[in-house]
Amino acid sequence: MKFVLQRLAFYLLTAWAAITINFLIPRLMPGDPVQSLLARYQGQLSSKSIASLEALFGLDRDRSLWQQYTDYWASLFRGDLGTSFTFFPTPVSEVIAQSLPWTLALVGTTTLISFLLGTGIGIFAGWKRGSWLDGLLPVTTFISAIPYFWLGLIAIAVFAVQWPLFPASGGYDTSLVPSLSGAFVSSALYHAVLPGVTVVLSAMAGWVLGMRNMMVTVSSEDYVMVAQAKGLPERRVMFSYAARNAILPNVSGFALSLGFIVGGTLLVEMVFSYPGIGYVLFQGVGAKDYPLMQGVFLIITLAVLAANLLADLLYMILDPRTRKEG
Amino acid sequence: MSTSATSPVSAPPRSSTRPPVLEIGGLSVDYGVGDGAVRALHDVDLTLRRGEVLGLAGESGSGKSTLAYAVTRLLSPPGVITGGDVRYHPREGEPVDVLAMTPQELRAFRWQEVSIVFQGAMNSLNPVHTVRTQLTDVLKAHRPRMSREERTGRARELLSLVGISPDRLGAYPHQLSGGMRQRVMIAMALALEPEIVVMDEPTTALDVVMQRQILRQLVRLREELDFSVVFITHDISLLIEFSDRIAIMYGGRVVEQAGAADIYRDPRHPYSHGLLHSFPALHGPRRELTGIPGSPPDLRAMPSGCAFHPRCPKAFEPCGLRTPHLAPVTDTGTDTDTGRSVACWLNDDRRSGES
Repeated sequence: MKFVLQRLAFYLLTAWAAITINFLIPRLMPGDPVQSLLARYQGQLSSKSIASLEALFGLDRDRSLWQQYTDYWASLFRGDLGTSFTFFPTPVSEVIAQSLPWTLALVGTTTLISFLLGTGIGIFAGWKRGSWLDGLLPVTTFISAIPYFWLGLIAIAVFAVQWPLFPASGGYDTSLVPSLSGAFVSSALYHAVLPGVTVVLSAMAGWVLGMRNMMVTVSSEDYVMVAQAKGLPERRVMFSYAARNAILPNVSGFALSLGFIVGGTLLVEMVFSYPGIGYVLFQGVGAKDYPLMQGVFLIITLAVLAANLLADLLYMILDPRTRKEG
Repeated sequence: MSTSATSPVSAPPRSSTRPPVLEIGGLSVDYGVGDGAVRALHDVDLTLRRGEVLGLAGESGSGKSTLAYAVTRLLSPPGVITGGDVRYHPREGEPVDVLAMTPQELRAFRWQEVSIVFQGAMNSLNPVHTVRTQLTDVLKAHRPRMSREERTGRARELLSLVGISPDRLGAYPHQLSGGMRQRVMIAMALALEPEIVVMDEPTTALDVVMQRQILRQLVRLREELDFSVVFITHDISLLIEFSDRIAIMYGGRVVEQAGAADIYRDPRHPYSHGLLHSFPALHGPRRELTGIPGSPPDLRAMPSGCAFHPRCPKAFEPCGLRTPHLAPVTDTGTDTDTGRSVACWLNDDRRSGES
């Protein structure tokens, strides 16, 4: 328990540092983002929002850096991340709240599927070396070696243009109103097939290779030989002795990849114009939408930290050697 | 060792009259197939009798462990059994051929009839499972009708049998010392009360004090539970104390097989002699240590004839030409047949070997 609290304290400290850096970066940047924005929205910004922009970017010359810092924290706790310019006048928090579920659903599901599928194939390929599954390895490695955007574009060219089986872009049929109705959900699923399958294909090979190699390594451990000598059922030896130990590196890899669900999907969402957070970030970067970028970075940072914490805790549960006594 | 049966000075019980429990005949094992194959075991004949401790000694690479793994069919690729048979004699019923068992039969046979204490206790326990899990899963697999409580009860019993407090059941292997881990492995080997326990250098990784402690415990357990032991080690002085009979292996063959005291008193094979004189005796008068010149043979390029002849101080004309076979010899000192056999031209020049 003491260990868990120590980890928690460590992550709180890291989160504080990350947020502080997030606060400082716009204030250290050369140039003046507010001026460039004023130029873009000539006459459309009220003096009140100009003042708030200046406060956000640290351009409020009347206040000290410390006061700005405390203000920033106060607005963070209110869930106020400023106003987006690209989607003006929607607050950044709302933009993120709208796009995050799409990303979480698409990339979360595909990450989980590729992890489970890849690890499963890896377990069998490593256990029965020389079976037909080994023939699959070069294929998956080849696919994962293809740059993702190219794979996505090829998928669109083949399955959306040449044979229009799937939609080429978007997250749902624009004629539908987002709701939890059957028509909308099935439309969203339909739109998710092409990006989902390409993500699974390109991400799976890593899991397969990692798991297979660990299985091969662990299979030659003495305790696996002991388990065989004990006359345990094959399944028990394979899962409880070999795979149980071999999966440890994959599990921490998986927990870390959860952190990148939020941020690491820029390419997928760009290629498929998917309404997720990566696409929003892409738009924000194009439009020099600083509050939006800052907000997205904050969410990504927190997600990575949370995933790291999860990886630590998972590892602690799975590997008793990492637990501290007492 | 206080019991007379394990002391080399007094005569051990003649075990040659007991019924066999495991008969190995003409067993050959190759590593690899085709031209690159290396023969690790040549036509090994060996009989383990009920209730005896059979010691297997030899240098590294002599095939001791390969023999143990082949008998339980645990050889991992590229090890292949190329010939011979292994017959197990259950207490009741007909002998069964271990090498002909189906995977299901083999699984039921393993640990129930033959259990193994492996070399290197440090790695024999799975680091992510508790001692309880690893002791009870073997019961779960072989005794499906045992309840959870019964299994835990048995596991506690086993731990106290080897002198570990039963409340260490929830411990993980890394929380135990090396000696404790090895004792857990011994407890595990006895879980199903097997007929045969194979011990592959069970104490090599431990310090001398712990070695003696564990061996003493083994002797006691063997007397209580009456199982047969195949004890593998390169430490022949340990074997002489602990075993009834000893088989000496060299280059994948058994070169001498005799009662422990007979080997100690009068080794017939020059290699046995060399092995005996390369370790200090634990009891008895002081002897000069000599050791064996040279190094163990390369299995890829075995010498012609007797594999030991390039290192043998007594080699003579036939040794490099023909391979001697294991053949019974009568003891010169005693008048009884002790079931002793040697593969050496020195002992019998009437026999013919392969060219």
